[in-house]
Amino acid sequence: MTAANITVSETPLVLYTLRRADDALILGHRLSEWCGHAPMLEEDMALANMGLDLLGQARELYSYAARVEGRGNDEDKFAYLRDVRQYRNLLLLEQPNGDFARTMVRQFFYATFADLFWRAMMHSSDPTLAAIAAKSEKESAYHVRHSSEWIVRLGDGTEESHRRAQEAIDELWAFTGEMFETCDSERGLIDAGIAIDPATLRAPWLKTVSDVVREATLALPSNDWMQQGGRSGRHSEHLGHLLSELQSMPRTFPGATW
Amino acid sequence: MATPNIPLWEVFIRSRNGLAHKHVGSLHATDATLALQAARDIYTRRGEGISIWVVPSNAITASDPSEKGMMFEPAESKIYRHPTFYDVPDEVGHM
Amino acid sequence: MYTQALNSSDGDERHVEDAERAAQFQARIDADERIEPNDWMPAAYRKTLTRQISQHAHSEIVGMLPEGNWITRAPSLRRKAALLAKVQDECGHGLYLYAAAETLGTSREELVDLMLAGKAKYSSIFNYPTLTWADIGTIGWLVDGAAIMNQIPLCRCSYGPYARAMIRVCKEESFHQRQGFEIMVTLCRGTEEQKAMAQDALNRWWWPVLMMFGPPDQASQHSDTSTKWKIKRFSNDELRQKFVDATVPQAQFLGLSIPDPGMKQNEAGNWEYSAIDWDEFKQVLAGNGPCNRDRLAARRKAHDDGAWVRDAALAYAEKRRQRATLQAAE
Repeated sequence: MTAANITVSETPLVLYTLRRADDALILGHRLSEWCGHAPMLEEDMALANMGLDLLGQARELYSYAARVEGRGNDEDKFAYLRDVRQYRNLLLLEQPNGDFARTMVRQFFYATFADLFWRAMMHSSDPTLAAIAAKSEKESAYHVRHSSEWIVRLGDGTEESHRRAQEAIDELWAFTGEMFETCDSERGLIDAGIAIDPATLRAPWLKTVSDVVREATLALPSNDWMQQGGRSGRHSEHLGHLLSELQSMPRTFPGATW
Repeated sequence: MATPNIPLWEVFIRSRNGLAHKHVGSLHATDATLALQAARDIYTRRGEGISIWVVPSNAITASDPSEKGMMFEPAESKIYRHPTFYDVPDEVGHM
Repeated sequence: MYTQALNSSDGDERHVEDAERAAQFQARIDADERIEPNDWMPAAYRKTLTRQISQHAHSEIVGMLPEGNWITRAPSLRRKAALLAKVQDECGHGLYLYAAAETLGTSREELVDLMLAGKAKYSSIFNYPTLTWADIGTIGWLVDGAAIMNQIPLCRCSYGPYARAMIRVCKEESFHQRQGFEIMVTLCRGTEEQKAMAQDALNRWWWPVLMMFGPPDQASQHSDTSTKWKIKRFSNDELRQKFVDATVPQAQFLGLSIPDPGMKQNEAGNWEYSAIDWDEFKQVLAGNGPCNRDRLAARRKAHDDGAWVRDAALAYAEKRRQRATLQAAE
């Protein structure tokens, strides 16, 4: 016996909130995989702190989505009882940790976006999202600081660290375009001032990323082909494995309280 | 092969406005920026601080414990430096 | 102050064990004074403490692994956040303890290298596997419970940096045992399957937890001098008894049975437990526990995989120094 998937009525606001919640949960989960295995104890502490920030964001966003949806779902049902096709996170965030360079580049690309996103969302006409944004912006601002310091050290460190950092950028670059995409269901929210148009964040994002990458003596790839699909549930193969681990307990013991 | 040493730093935290920075512990970091970040991640996880100083451990010069007598005991006999040494009549009140 | 440089600069003088200094040192200990890093201390005191504090630090770091095994599978988001925070705390505790050990003159890197080479011990409890979610509850309840019993007296240990580290650790750990017990309460109030999971975990962890307090008093090799130096304030058996007496009523509250059918309460109110299988303890200590190899392999892998990152940060710092020197020269 296993627990079945929940159904979600994805009204535009529910869907919008779930997308951000899934982003935070999946990246937070990836960072939590580092716990006990980081390059030095000081970094183990830092990675766990960022993971905890993201888990906290995910929980608030899921709880809000549950309230808006009003059908008896809650943070754990959203997290544990939706399958790959129901998850709405960015492809970038489900990519495996790889080495420390891969994790830091993923963190840097996303945090730079998230910080701009939350800063803009602080002016959302939806007071709950605005409040979550105000808290999340401070967290993501630190994630930008932390990851960009590491990008510079890895890029301008040794030959090996430079090579690894450049490889990470090259491998992950194609997943960055998805952050700035909007789908039709978000148009109404944007017009109502509840959501923001992420396309407006692309230029400031590129400026910060280019500046740091240049300081790190690294380069951004010239290819502009971008992968998409995470927002509508077409994921990479990695997410299924992540979810089978994340969800194993509630799936194995349906209805139990932990 | 022996693991290369990463420099040691001392961490000082101001817990509230108006209080002085206080030594809370140490950490390892290759430079000051990373040391400051690590201090934040290690020593302020429970809201312990509003300001951090990090200092390379080898930048601290300490007094020698074996010279404790010479260094500190001469001050102990200077009781006239303390307000309680002086008598002020009660009717004058607090001074 | 926590400075390596100061400690190692003092050279030969420190190792001259003249009787007068040793007597003065013991008088300070007897007067309940704290010993600080740059104070004179007998070489054996330094050695004992370096060994004990670094073993304690290794235990915190290796101890991240069995619980870390369940972070990605924690059954709710609330539990996941609590477990990640708890395992992270253990990392912090390892870090505080290495720093305390370093004040005695050996660098963290040297201490870690010894552990990775299999030449330093860590608590044998972490060589047992975490098989189910109930193990996470049991570790919090019993392993952290036992650790707290051990650690509270260490807050008054004669060596200042160790005592201060322990005060910080004990303060932070106060949530760990409660976190574990809450998991156990939830399981024991849950389905039959969950309760069976809780009982099974208790059955597997009970005896290894009793072994955490170390060999029985008549067999303990370090106790006498450690007591004289006020590093240790209670004997292994005293702490073990205190732990058992505190734990039995908690198990009763949960409705779980302690896997020791011969256990009975004596007239003084203490719970008398059956003989502990010290052969098992010796085997685990000798490297033959179920997870010894996995634990060391995991720590070695993290260390080796992280080498290029540490090298990069060191290289960057060196480049920055050189650039600054060049700029200053211009």
